Amino acid sequence: MNKIGKPNLEVFSETLLKEARKNKNIIVVTSDSRGSGKLVPFGKELPNQIIEVGIAEQNLVGVSSGLAAGGKIVFGVSPASFLTARALEQIKNDVAYSDLNVSLIGISAGISYGQLGSTHHSIHDFATLRAINNMTIVAPADNFEAAEAIKQAISYNHPLYIRYGKKPMMDIHPPGTKFKIGKSIVVKKGEDLTIVATGETLQRAYLASEILKKSNIYCSIISMHTIKPFDKETFIEFSQNSKAILTVEEHSIFGGLGECCASLIAQNNINVKLKILGIPDEYMINGSQADVLDHYDMSPEKIAEISKDLLNK
Amino acid sequence: MNEKNLKKKSLEYRKTILEIIFQSGAGHTGGSLSCIDILNVLYNSVMDISPKNFPNLDRDHFIQSKGHSVEALFTVLCDCGFYSKKDLNTLNQFNSHFIGHPTKKVPGIEHNTGALGHGLSVAVGLAICKKIDQKNNKVFSLLGDGELSEGSVWEACTTASKYNLDNLIVIVDRNDLQITGKTEDVNPIEPIDKKFKSFGFETISTNGNNISDLLYVFQHVPVKENKPTVIIAKTTKGSGVSFIENQINWHHKVPSKDEYESAISELNEKLNSYE
Repeated sequence: MNKIGKPNLEVFSETLLKEARKNKNIIVVTSDSRGSGKLVPFGKELPNQIIEVGIAEQNLVGVSSGLAAGGKIVFGVSPASFLTARALEQIKNDVAYSDLNVSLIGISAGISYGQLGSTHHSIHDFATLRAINNMTIVAPADNFEAAEAIKQAISYNHPLYIRYGKKPMMDIHPPGTKFKIGKSIVVKKGEDLTIVATGETLQRAYLASEILKKSNIYCSIISMHTIKPFDKETFIEFSQNSKAILTVEEHSIFGGLGECCASLIAQNNINVKLKILGIPDEYMINGSQADVLDHYDMSPEKIAEISKDLLNK
Repeated sequence: MNEKNLKKKSLEYRKTILEIIFQSGAGHTGGSLSCIDILNVLYNSVMDISPKNFPNLDRDHFIQSKGHSVEALFTVLCDCGFYSKKDLNTLNQFNSHFIGHPTKKVPGIEHNTGALGHGLSVAVGLAICKKIDQKNNKVFSLLGDGELSEGSVWEACTTASKYNLDNLIVIVDRNDLQITGKTEDVNPIEPIDKKFKSFGFETISTNGNNISDLLYVFQHVPVKENKPTVIIAKTTKGSGVSFIENQINWHHKVPSKDEYESAISELNEKLNSYE
């Protein structure tokens, strides 16, 4: 059984603090979000490396851009929902179009805020940001991916969006795994179907594969931590050699991982069955992150059942 | 540069603005003419920005938040040697980087602007950066008056005040008009000075189309230590060409051949008075 680690958000803030101690050029910008971003220790230890703009996400992104234009390595940290909707135009123009070294950190992403409701959920962020040129989008799955994403962000030198959830995550990757933004990780290989997951849904896909193994169904599991640029090569290779593809994401079924995979299958004439799991286009049910994901067929058991259906088993 | 030469430059710049808008068939004539004296004084007498030091960050910075008046900025940067007139003449041509709003693909442009209400936050970020790095350079940002309806402008003001950005100089091109009509009819923004004051700024009002006044004001900024400054520059939209001045329809009207020739001869007459 895999060990349950920390919330990815904690790993993000601990990693950033470690890196910022060594590199005074790293500046964090917050919008009254240092508590929810787990950045209180950062603020106490490195007060000269944190800029607080108050509850003003548009300003957060603009100020982050200005700091980057002045040569800083900037992490703009704000709840994913407000950051990628309220400040979308600043992301589009001031960060992406102006090609600045800003890493936008969407905290409490997806449906992490649970019962706080749709105002606080970000199930639109992949879709909106995918349509913006020069944006890279990363959704780390476990603590390892969460830490590596931040380390690589420091030298990325271009616009970047990373989303983090706040529940403890299961360790998926064994020691020695390689992480590179833009290159997916093949967690396991199996001959029957391929489950492609991104972010915090990876552990659900992984647990589903363990259930399926008991029925002698063997899955490949791909951690598609980078939504853009998409690792087309790996995806195409697996979709050409699998009986079915199942995608799982904590995002609207529109414009995210699943539709990206569908587009690649269609445009490369690959004959493979596809099922997209995500949040459907409806008034979203209220509940905790776990309960809502379960409700929308993303429990390990349900993922396993849908996988069997796809394989007619 | 002495005052007389700056005044002559302002007239020459107006001719170039009209020429490139006429030749390319598009442009923001009224707003470019209202802010041209401000840009003239900034680039030729105030700011430490040149093609030579531009790649280096130890210099002053300029963010034109009212990006649509780009023809004025392109004209001044061309005169300062950032690129040739031949390059500028590609304005609005297919595949040219000289388009209707500033982009960093054009030498000398600091930041991509055009959507209003963005530039001040970026300028605030740059000014904070200068403070962190303990550099004495200043950051200048030009805003339109209609732009002040954007809420993000005021978000930026709170941060400028919080971080005591006396290295930030904001200039409002107060030409009283926006695309629909008078700013005070469209969405009243007065009292501008009191609004900025209440957000922690020091404010100065001046005639933004008067070279002597502008030179004087820029010699006296920042007004106060630890405080950001705003210069409310009273200008005339379309300034310098009688039939374009204060006309709402000249927001982005392109002169006809007759209008163009008439404007150039009016400006030439003014230039001749300096000879």
